[in-house]
Amino acid sequence: MAETTTFSEDLVGRGNKDGAALFRDWFTDLTNVAEEGRGAAYVFVMGSLNEILKTFDFPIVFPEINSLQTAVRRVALEFLNDAENYGYSPDICGYVKADVSVQLQGGKHPMGTIPKPSIAVLTNACNTYIKWAEIWERMYNIPMFTLDVPGTRADGTKTSKGDEGFENDRKYVAEQLKELIKLCEKVSGKKFDIDKLREVLGHANVMSRGWKRILEMNASRPSVFSALTDGTIFLGVANGLRGTPEGAQYFNQLVEEMEYKVKNGIGTLTEEEFRLFFVGVPCYPIFRRFNEFFTDWGGTFIHSTYLWFASGGTNLGFEYDLDNPIDSLAEGVLVNVRDAMDSMFHQHQTVLDLITPYQLDGVVYHPIKSCRTVSTGLADGRRYVMERKNISTLFIESDMMDQRVVSEAQMKNRIDAFFEGMISRKQTATV
Amino acid sequence: MSYAAGVDVGSTQTKAIVINEKREIVGRALIDTGANVTAAAEKSFQQALKSANVGNEEVEYVIGTGYGRYKVTFGNRQITEISCHGRGAVHMFPKTQTVIDMGGQDSKAIRVRADGEIVDFCMNDKCAAGTGRFLGAASVALDIPLEELGPTALLADKAVRISTTCTVFAESEVLAWLGKGKKVDEILWGVHQSIATRSVGLLRRVGVVDEITFTGGVAKNTGMIKSLEDGLGKKVNVGEDSHFMGALGAALFALDHIFSSRKPAKKEAV
Repeated sequence: MAETTTFSEDLVGRGNKDGAALFRDWFTDLTNVAEEGRGAAYVFVMGSLNEILKTFDFPIVFPEINSLQTAVRRVALEFLNDAENYGYSPDICGYVKADVSVQLQGGKHPMGTIPKPSIAVLTNACNTYIKWAEIWERMYNIPMFTLDVPGTRADGTKTSKGDEGFENDRKYVAEQLKELIKLCEKVSGKKFDIDKLREVLGHANVMSRGWKRILEMNASRPSVFSALTDGTIFLGVANGLRGTPEGAQYFNQLVEEMEYKVKNGIGTLTEEEFRLFFVGVPCYPIFRRFNEFFTDWGGTFIHSTYLWFASGGTNLGFEYDLDNPIDSLAEGVLVNVRDAMDSMFHQHQTVLDLITPYQLDGVVYHPIKSCRTVSTGLADGRRYVMERKNISTLFIESDMMDQRVVSEAQMKNRIDAFFEGMISRKQTATV
Repeated sequence: MSYAAGVDVGSTQTKAIVINEKREIVGRALIDTGANVTAAAEKSFQQALKSANVGNEEVEYVIGTGYGRYKVTFGNRQITEISCHGRGAVHMFPKTQTVIDMGGQDSKAIRVRADGEIVDFCMNDKCAAGTGRFLGAASVALDIPLEELGPTALLADKAVRISTTCTVFAESEVLAWLGKGKKVDEILWGVHQSIATRSVGLLRRVGVVDEITFTGGVAKNTGMIKSLEDGLGKKVNVGEDSHFMGALGAALFALDHIFSSRKPAKKEAV
């Protein structure tokens, strides 16, 4: 893909510019695929299995990304209404409904045309993934492959490398990957090429290594990127172009940019008064405004659990062993997908551990109406952190898609009070 | 002698308080907000000045609070009503650690330190159930003035169960109970209990620590005080000026500013 993509030369701001360009090219490619009547692989951010699908040259569609793009572009409500008029309940995941509308409209999307699926590949990281893919299965009569990632839902019981249980889990995943490879051969009509898989894994390694490094670099003061706004651009490339040479080049260059900014003390546009951690999914219907509610007070988001789970756990920087691709891929998928789930369900200790090294002043919890999976445990996570650390926290609820449940005035009021409390706390500390 | 003022522009009513340097309330005003929020802020401020017998020029600093705080165009600064209610409640009842504020369209539970600093807060979300608006709906449905709702509810021996969580549907539910022959006081007591249950839920989310102070316009309602105390199993502080607490907190912050500006080395308090 992306033969048209040209990488920018100016170092500062290059990541955002190039990320946006790569993103546009990706959707242009998808539009071409749709116009040619070819199918795509439909995948999800937690366990996309891009590594295998790219080996078979499947065009990749992330319906979650398509849906959130309708919200960022402020047209989500039309898509949600369309799906609700078709019969979907207002209480169903907004991502699902926007995608249903895209499908009902023959792939029409503000960024181009989305091709129909020829295969759907998913994991059990999110229960909605399964119900969602079943919709495509019914609509298009396509194969749906669900990778069962074992042993993750109980905090503190996860197996780790070297355990007998971990080895069993890894083998279980590896066997499923072999089944997926057979299915991909059947759907694509192509023979599996293990050397091509190695090549894809090599690119993915560069991206994971870079992603981990970039996240670590934001511990610097001033922070070098906004985990809420800039981070979302990086995520788009991390997902959409995973395992591609363009993706690897992008992350190498992004590391270079961030290292330069750290070295020269170049921060974000915000005058950094308060360093914040974001827990949850962004408020996409008012994405920019939401961020401004914080930056107006000098608040900047240093880190975010979203950058962990929405990158499918690749924030860990897990690198595949190219001499042992299938088993290593199985291990990576196991480790990454479990970490993505932990970032949604059991993020409390990790958040607590990062408060000091990232010099955080506050933690913002943003549960969303549309997603019980990611929101349910946040109240407990917040309580856990508050009981152990004297740090300001904010709990604001809205949605990642549905502007009908986003009340800007109420939200601003809570955010203003949060900052008033932090200012008062800082002043008390200095008296 | 300088004066400080706070103007709390709420969804239903606008309150203004003028205090002197001893932190004593010298003037107050309460009017309906209406459609012209800026005019309401100005009018309430002028009325408060008049009641204090204080001239405009004698007020050194004014802080706006409430949803319409940015419409207090003559104000020097804005602070949220969350911070202001916390500050006002601790001033009025110094042992306060928990505040429940019930206003026209929102309710908030606030945990505060002894110095008035906010520890945590929680508000009703995207819905006016559990707020003054819910009582307003009952008032319309039963054709009973707002100020008589509490005393009437307190006449009841038992309550009917109001199950709706929607203010709009509350009116229909009240009418349905009337249709079934239920007594007005029992229905009203049910309405009060329904609101109290939601407010207690908010309080539990921030943690209920003695003493608890009840603020906001609904604090004038005796039935609500009783149903809150029943729900919490504790007494709550309510003062003559509980519905002015946001404006009072704003005025206190304004006075902080006046004092700190006289000592340039010290940072301005929130």
